[in-house]
Amino acid sequence: MVETPLLERPKKLTVENLSILYGDQVALNDISLDIRENEIFGIIGPANSGKTSFLRAINRMDEMSDDMLVRGKVALDGCDVRSWRNVYALRSRIGVVFPLPVGLPLTIYENVALSPRLRGVRNKVELDEIVERCLSRAALWDEVKDRLDSLGSLLSGGQQQRLTIARALSQEPDVLLLDEFSIAVDPVTTMRIEDVLKELREEMTIVLVTNLVQQARRLADRTAFFLGGELVEVGMTEDLFRRQVKDQRTTDYLEGRFG
Amino acid sequence: MSSFRATELDRRNQRRERWVRGLFLVMTLMLILPVLIILGTLAWRGHSVISLDFLLSFPTNGMTEGGIFPALVGTLWLVGVALVVSVPMGVAAAIYLSEYAPENLLTRSINLAIINLAGVPSIVHALFGVGAFVLFFNFGTSILAAGLTLAVMTLPVVIVSTRESLQAVPQAFREASWSLGATRWQTIRRIVLPNSVSGILTGVILEVSRTVGETAPIMFTGAAFFLPFLPLGVGDQTMALSLHLFTVSTQVPNVPEALPFGVALTLISLVLILNAVSIAFRMYLRGKKKW
Ligand SMILES: Nc1ncnc2c1ncn2[C@@H]1O[C@H](COP(=O)(O)OP(=O)(O)OP(=O)(O)O)[C@@H](O)[C@H]1O
Ligand SMILES: [Mg+2]
Repeated sequence: MVETPLLERPKKLTVENLSILYGDQVALNDISLDIRENEIFGIIGPANSGKTSFLRAINRMDEMSDDMLVRGKVALDGCDVRSWRNVYALRSRIGVVFPLPVGLPLTIYENVALSPRLRGVRNKVELDEIVERCLSRAALWDEVKDRLDSLGSLLSGGQQQRLTIARALSQEPDVLLLDEFSIAVDPVTTMRIEDVLKELREEMTIVLVTNLVQQARRLADRTAFFLGGELVEVGMTEDLFRRQVKDQRTTDYLEGRFG
Repeated sequence: MSSFRATELDRRNQRRERWVRGLFLVMTLMLILPVLIILGTLAWRGHSVISLDFLLSFPTNGMTEGGIFPALVGTLWLVGVALVVSVPMGVAAAIYLSEYAPENLLTRSINLAIINLAGVPSIVHALFGVGAFVLFFNFGTSILAAGLTLAVMTLPVVIVSTRESLQAVPQAFREASWSLGATRWQTIRRIVLPNSVSGILTGVILEVSRTVGETAPIMFTGAAFFLPFLPLGVGDQTMALSLHLFTVSTQVPNVPEALPFGVALTLISLVLILNAVSIAFRMYLRGKKKW
């Protein structure tokens, strides 16, 4: 398979002059970047640098809270997300995985079947098939296939995180947003999930927020470095780790020299 | 090197721990005591009049003899009307306030108003009921007017407790559901409500207990001292247990001593039975709680 060079692929997400405010506190200040199709786009940066806020702006979660204000433009496939008439249709195209696994208080089966059900899939055979496919892709099927009717919240942390990935996949998303997914997950499971992500790249665009710089190095095609709400720089991951950086602060952060 | 001997401070903390624990236990027991005394007295002095016949026959001889059937039936009517009105309205209002309303001055004012409403004395509600339901809406003194008055009185309790149990459902569940593309209502129906029913039921239990016992709000709006027939619909007046207790205790001469105790015992048993059923249902639901 001949892969199109990254920067010649169409833009999946275009971010222009994005600012995010909570009250008068600036969480993200005037950021512009674009994310290509079938790319894993890494975002690294210390705490409070605005990474989570960035993800929330993409699927318009700011509308669900009163204090978050978003300025600027985020476009999905060239179309401003604010101009999507139906925000629910927008969100169903974007899968989200949270830092701490949130198994919904439903059975394992229902966790994965919820999104298809919301889309109107009623047929039991079809649902079974979706559940099995998504759980398999998230490398969880073998562990849970005999107890699909037990509660999702009874799984171990690492299993729950794979369950949330399966749930995100059940949306058949174009874009997958991952927010520090490995915080509550052991190293072995983390590696398994990373392998899953590498496969998923073939089908979707992945935005990977991580506080493990090595994870960005292993997975991301390009990486952006956020610091205190600023986009310090964005570049090919290999370049950044070869110290071909524009800003000294990037190297400092990558090498762990940060106050 | 380390030694595992307790220091003076450790021992003092331990002693204090025991004292505090003991103190709180005594407080709790003191709280239970009056309840036991009341129940004991009622049971001891009232049990002799209780019989199936007492529950199922009309009062006779100027209410000094006979049973309490119409009062029992009337109370069920009143509680029923109050519940049918206040539970759907209260739950809907609570869902709106907790899940939809933006956090602004108006919402805060409404919340404050609801809390204040819960503190309004029942006699004030009674006067409101007379003005609004009996006279303005022209329902007359009827089960409808009295039930609505009770509903208005108990709405704040239902709203506050429902809102609190909705807010006990972790926000992370909502966000996860929204990010799947679920609407607010889909999230409420599939995630939030199934995990807060037990709390909502608590509000209903509280409401039932209050409603069964209230006298003032129904006295001027729909309850009568004595009626020789059963109510046939919400337009009729009715007798009620609470008012009947008041009547036989203070208004009628030559009532046998055990009779008021018997009525009170029936009233309390009714509350206890309703509570027990709701608590059992709650425990059943709690057992299925999902996180
Ligand atoms: N709901 C909120 N209300 C007010 N301020 C918020 C809210 N959420 C985030 N912030 C603020 O916005 C800034 C950026 O937060 P954000 O969560 O985006 O950082 P982050 O890069 O994801 O950090 P972390 O690595 O710790 O997850 C922080 O200063 C934070 O205090
Ligand atoms: Mg974050």
